[in-house]
Amino acid sequence: MTVSLKLYVPRDSGALAVGADDVVASLQAAALRRGINIDLVRNGTRGMCWLEPLVECETAEGRVAYGPVEPQHAESLLDHMLAAPGTTHPLYLGLTEEIPFFKRQTRLTFARCGIIDPLSLDDYKRLGGYDGLAKALTLTPAAIVEEVFQSGLRGRGGAGFPTGIKWRTVLQAEADRKYVVCNADEGDSGTFADRMIMEGDPFVVIEGMTISGIAVGATKGYIYIRSEYPQAIEIMRAAIEIARKTNYLGERIQGSEYSFDLDVRVGAGAYVCGEETSLLDSLEGKRGTVRAKPPLPAHKGLFGKPTVINNVISLASVPVIMAEGAAHYRDLGFGRSRGTMPIQLAGNIQHGGLFEIAFGITLGELVDAVGGGTATGRPVRAVQVGGPLGAYFPRELFDTPFDYEAFAARDGLIGHGGIVVFDESVDMMSQARFAMEFCAIESCGKCTPCRIGSTRGTEVIDRIRAGERAEQNLVLLEDLCQTLKLGSLCALGGFTPYPVLSALRHFPEDFGRDPVPVPVAAE
Amino acid sequence: MLPILHAIQAEFGHIPKPAITMIARALNLSRAEVHGVVTFYHDFREAPAGRHVLKLCRAEACQSMGSDHLAEHAMERLGTAWHGTTEDGKVTLEPIFCLGLCASAPSAMLDGTLVGRLTKARLDALIDQTEAA
Repeated sequence: MTVSLKLYVPRDSGALAVGADDVVASLQAAALRRGINIDLVRNGTRGMCWLEPLVECETAEGRVAYGPVEPQHAESLLDHMLAAPGTTHPLYLGLTEEIPFFKRQTRLTFARCGIIDPLSLDDYKRLGGYDGLAKALTLTPAAIVEEVFQSGLRGRGGAGFPTGIKWRTVLQAEADRKYVVCNADEGDSGTFADRMIMEGDPFVVIEGMTISGIAVGATKGYIYIRSEYPQAIEIMRAAIEIARKTNYLGERIQGSEYSFDLDVRVGAGAYVCGEETSLLDSLEGKRGTVRAKPPLPAHKGLFGKPTVINNVISLASVPVIMAEGAAHYRDLGFGRSRGTMPIQLAGNIQHGGLFEIAFGITLGELVDAVGGGTATGRPVRAVQVGGPLGAYFPRELFDTPFDYEAFAARDGLIGHGGIVVFDESVDMMSQARFAMEFCAIESCGKCTPCRIGSTRGTEVIDRIRAGERAEQNLVLLEDLCQTLKLGSLCALGGFTPYPVLSALRHFPEDFGRDPVPVPVAAE
Repeated sequence: MLPILHAIQAEFGHIPKPAITMIARALNLSRAEVHGVVTFYHDFREAPAGRHVLKLCRAEACQSMGSDHLAEHAMERLGTAWHGTTEDGKVTLEPIFCLGLCASAPSAMLDGTLVGRLTKARLDALIDQTEAA
């Protein structure tokens, strides 16, 4: 009898970028030489990016992992997989689900990511896929909306607006046509949750959009994916084709009275198109310029019709909410932040990756205990939470719980859940300058403070660096930030002050001011 | 209009001037409107790029792992600034703001291929690759 092994090597961009395809080729060649059969699944990622390429092998006890694997390890890996239990291998990690980083998580939205073949509808359904839609089809649209509202789900794109209220507004709007738009223009540095779910479990996004369409009375949806994500675009498109062929999209879905279809649209490198109204203009084939609100997209969205526009993770969280019930989701969390958040640990961090957990875990636990500190081994100096428009936090604020309101109370934001770690080599004045420069590059140009103020901001910081009337220019910089904050329509101009002012406030010594006094413990 | 522009750029490597007139006529828009869209998006080029396009991520997660030094090195080796093309027309150097590989920073993209955990040595290897081809 031929020996047979079932192996998993991710096709996630994060794995491909560090050589997963080369590992696959060498594993196949090694197996061929030995006359071993390999059943190889190209799964999504488990989210432990520092271990990629992560190779998993199915055993009687469960899947065991090896990582990070390089092509030259193929022979020794096969030796170990075929050897008696108890033998060692330097890359052997034991059962994948017992790895502390993985075991500590509560995976609801990412329950299947990394486990299944992303394009196998059978795999998807075997692990609870389309249970949410089945439940939704037994309810009235208003009851679906109520369930989502009761779950406490808030927009995972960053704004944190209750998804149920958005859906209710669209449901109640009268129109001949409505749309569901999935915002997959994930441009924030330090974030990759949208990409991972699209590449690792695309059907959950389709299912979430379908449920949304049924709930609000929309028959057409669009997923707007940024062009920087070619792998996600390819996998989403393939999954949509499969869903169409199996009547999970199209006319009278699964024999119900509801029809819904969707298409992928590809962005073109404009960060601001992640802002919802700018994204709608871009979808309409225009410059991605921000619109004034009101009217809300829920009233006048795509092509002037009522539109649900939600982030990928918001929509991907809907199937599990429907399948398990609102209470199951709502019972997790902290304060007004209910459920779980896929947090992304990135930048200079030892254990970077995707970590889904109930709200409430502190920033310090995430960076030190989960993330293991910096990759360079130097002390952590600053972390930026929430993308390029998020605030920089020093270690003194590491007791902040991961929660929308707790971060806002400390002049920060959780945004889309990305945490970028910097070690002590970081120069915070450079980071502040970059925030202004980025705003200048990506501004859509509609609001003057954002369009012009960002450029003036970089110039003012350059003058401070040159020692030109530094203190007056620092005051000017703070004043300019106020103008940006109050005079911009969207978060690009409105939030660029967060990284700038937080850098100045928490790291004044990098701007030539006196350091923040170390607080003395109260007796 | 974006799907049309993506298709034209995939075919020609840039958006040629005559295409703007044709798109405007087909979509019943003014040439100015089409030009406005083409110039708004960073992806669309008005002139062809070099034979290879090397995109280096400039965003924060990559900065935290030293991407600025890699960018300086690339500019020095290629003898060009951002958006520039080498004299022999082989490589265009572009900044990119996030490839979603922030847990394997710094990252880059050479033509369609993603590269994570970029080091100076790997960057040199990528540039060598473009010179060989």
